Amino acid sequence: MAQAFRVQRATRASRVGLGAAVLAIAALSTLPFWADPASMRRLVEFIALLVLAQMWNLLAGYAGLLSIGQQAYVGLGGYALIVLADDLGLDPFLSVPLAGLIAALLALPTAALVFRFQGGYFAVGTWAVAEVFRLLVANTGALGRGTGRTLKAVFPLARETREMATYYLALALGVAALVGIYVFLRARFGLGLMAVRDSEPASETLGVDVFRTKLIVYLLAAFGTGATGAVIYLNLLRISPDAAFSISWTASTIFIVVIGGIGTLEGPLVGAVVFFVLRELLADYGSWYMIVLGTLAVSVMLAYPQGLWGLIAESWGIHCFPVQRRVEVDDTPRP
Amino acid sequence: MSRLVVRQLDAFYGDFQALFGISLEVAEGETVAIIGANGSGKSTFLKAVAGALPVARTAVELDGVAVGGRPAHELVDRGVTLVPEGRRIFPSLTVEENLRVGAYRGRSGRWTLDRVYTLFPRLAERKRQPGTNLSGGEQQMLAIGRGLMANPQLLLIDEISLGLAPVVIKQLYDVLATVTAEGITTVLVEQDMSQVLRIARRVFCFRQGIVSLSGRPGELSRGEIAAAYFGT
Amino acid sequence: MGWLDTVVQGLLLGGLYALFATGLSLIFGVMRIVNLAHGDFSILAAFLAVMLVDALALHWLLALAVVVPLMALLGYLLQRLVLNRLLGRGILPPILVTFGLSIIIQNALLEAFSADSRRVNPGGIDTASLALGGGLAVGWFSLITLLVAILVLIGLQLFIGRTRRGRAFRATADDQATAALMGIDDRGLYALAMALSLGIVAIAGIFLGVRTTFAFGSGPDRLLFAFEAVIIGGLGSLWGTLVGGAILGVAQTVGAKLSPGWGILTGHLVFLGVLLVRPQGLFARQRRRD
Repeated sequence: MAQAFRVQRATRASRVGLGAAVLAIAALSTLPFWADPASMRRLVEFIALLVLAQMWNLLAGYAGLLSIGQQAYVGLGGYALIVLADDLGLDPFLSVPLAGLIAALLALPTAALVFRFQGGYFAVGTWAVAEVFRLLVANTGALGRGTGRTLKAVFPLARETREMATYYLALALGVAALVGIYVFLRARFGLGLMAVRDSEPASETLGVDVFRTKLIVYLLAAFGTGATGAVIYLNLLRISPDAAFSISWTASTIFIVVIGGIGTLEGPLVGAVVFFVLRELLADYGSWYMIVLGTLAVSVMLAYPQGLWGLIAESWGIHCFPVQRRVEVDDTPRP
Repeated sequence: MSRLVVRQLDAFYGDFQALFGISLEVAEGETVAIIGANGSGKSTFLKAVAGALPVARTAVELDGVAVGGRPAHELVDRGVTLVPEGRRIFPSLTVEENLRVGAYRGRSGRWTLDRVYTLFPRLAERKRQPGTNLSGGEQQMLAIGRGLMANPQLLLIDEISLGLAPVVIKQLYDVLATVTAEGITTVLVEQDMSQVLRIARRVFCFRQGIVSLSGRPGELSRGEIAAAYFGT
Repeated sequence: MGWLDTVVQGLLLGGLYALFATGLSLIFGVMRIVNLAHGDFSILAAFLAVMLVDALALHWLLALAVVVPLMALLGYLLQRLVLNRLLGRGILPPILVTFGLSIIIQNALLEAFSADSRRVNPGGIDTASLALGGGLAVGWFSLITLLVAILVLIGLQLFIGRTRRGRAFRATADDQATAALMGIDDRGLYALAMALSLGIVAIAGIFLGVRTTFAFGSGPDRLLFAFEAVIIGGLGSLWGTLVGGAILGVAQTVGAKLSPGWGILTGHLVFLGVLLVRPQGLFARQRRRD
């Protein structure tokens, strides 16, 4: 009973989405020529948070690894940048991907420890490790202890040059992260990953090496988070352990992903927009911002766990960055 | 009057349908057997009646009241007790604690701790040991005793014989016969029919989620049963 | 301040950590949930106690008597109304929701009480000390804390070991599906467990608040220490939690004596060490039916 069928990936929405994305990136590339420095810095921040959210989403939404310790790699990436650029004299912009590599390297022993845990205990374990990194840095004289350090390697550059270079680097990071994750998920490895997310025992019987899959994803996320940390502090120029290893990095990314929609690529984008809009609206109200955000995230988790994008996708069947494969059968429907 | 009336019962595990429109009745005080191969839906049926599976409200009627889909703990209050497949003794509880937890809802009736110990003296000997330290046969006794402690009006037992030696199975059925002789409505699910047909007044055969045969054990031939069991 | 004194202080500190850890361990044992807002609830209790003590000039014990039942009720409602709705949806939702609650509570406390450090008026008990001879003296309050921790553990042990509900807890922790067949309503049980957990952690928070200063952001560290105490002691063992707390306490006090900034870090490192060498903890019991 052979039937003709095709495995389809692209949808009309995805083609539209792709076009829109290309346009958006092109438009963003022209920003330094007409926007003010404050807006550029804001956008760098936005992109950084978006990439952090994508990384966290990759871990939790696709690999089922709920980490609340990713701030470790933000801090490690930031401090790696300082050490590479100021102490070792490397080019600060080239140091960004190197900082990501250092973060990924340190993620190896971390994984060796925290992978002994599952579920909620894994989460707290990652946090404990982040705290260890924070305290180690805060107790190290060469890294400036509690007061931290300033990135001096960029001082020779003219301010406009530095700001523009930082901006383009951030843009490149954002595009690379998005494209990278997209390609990664669509590849065979990504299929295995999503199988692991859906059912570990089942995927093991199908030959997926669950441990190795999770480890690779964890290292990749550490790399991405570390590189982002470097970009963040390239933008801010001043780093201190309490800020760099602060759990608010993770809190923000979790809220972004939960509100936008876990386990989709479009979700974090939607969530990041909501996050920033809310921040602008509630800028004068201090901690109410986090209270509102937190309440929103909790409510979404309770009532609409698929998030805002999940709601949209369900209502209209849209997938802009499709990672699923649909089987289209050329036949009449069976009863 | 029928203690249990099942009407057009469908049951699903997610998207997978395990039962297709099962209908049967069990009279008060009757002992019936449900036999069938692995995967025929027997355990699913018991779970549906006991409230461990969501089903349509009218699909299960207890003493004339529609109780389909009610949660398990509510059905225990109404006198439905399931002795689950695989015994499922609580490892953190002693033998006596396992029995006591069977009486959690505090239903009154003839079955007390002493009476269960009289029925199964081996359990009394081991009352302070962890429940899972017992042999397979003793664990099955414990599981049955635990079920009796709830003073059920409808006792559902899922595959006593699983993993037990024939001599142990026979002993268990001998004891069970004395219990059912007291008039408690019982539904026994079994893969191995050699013992269960002794004490059951009627038997149903399940195959792939439907009732493929029903009747009295004495009136059905081996051939008929085999056909209904295997579907040849 | 010799080394013996340091170790003794650490052991006594373990009593406080055990109080923090007990509620966390209870919840995880029964429901497999980690309440990421666990520490923040204890700080909330501490702030409530401060309010009562300052506004009504109550003795801190009286404030405790008011706040603890209140927090237990809060825990009951939290489980009934919020967390029970997440049952059957996997491990992600409860973690995320309690994380969200943690952030909300911290920021709400910041809004309500500002960033100032506060302390529950100890009424002099913090300075009273008991001389043990050999130049060794321990604070009465630390002793009382340890005593309270032991009493709580005994009480919990009795409850879980001897009562009908306690049996239901153990049965549900073993095998929730079969426990339901016994007529055990998991939702009500979970609510009771959360009530107990928050009640106990409220005691911990208030004792902390009497002992030392705290602020809106003190919650997460409490969670971490509680978690570490549970892991070092071993999952599933109530008394192991006390030992775990003691080990953590000693690690922290010894570390602090070696170098002021290294107190908490030493605790973390010992925790990681235990995780490396004996991940199941010191007194783990493999109870769960797999």
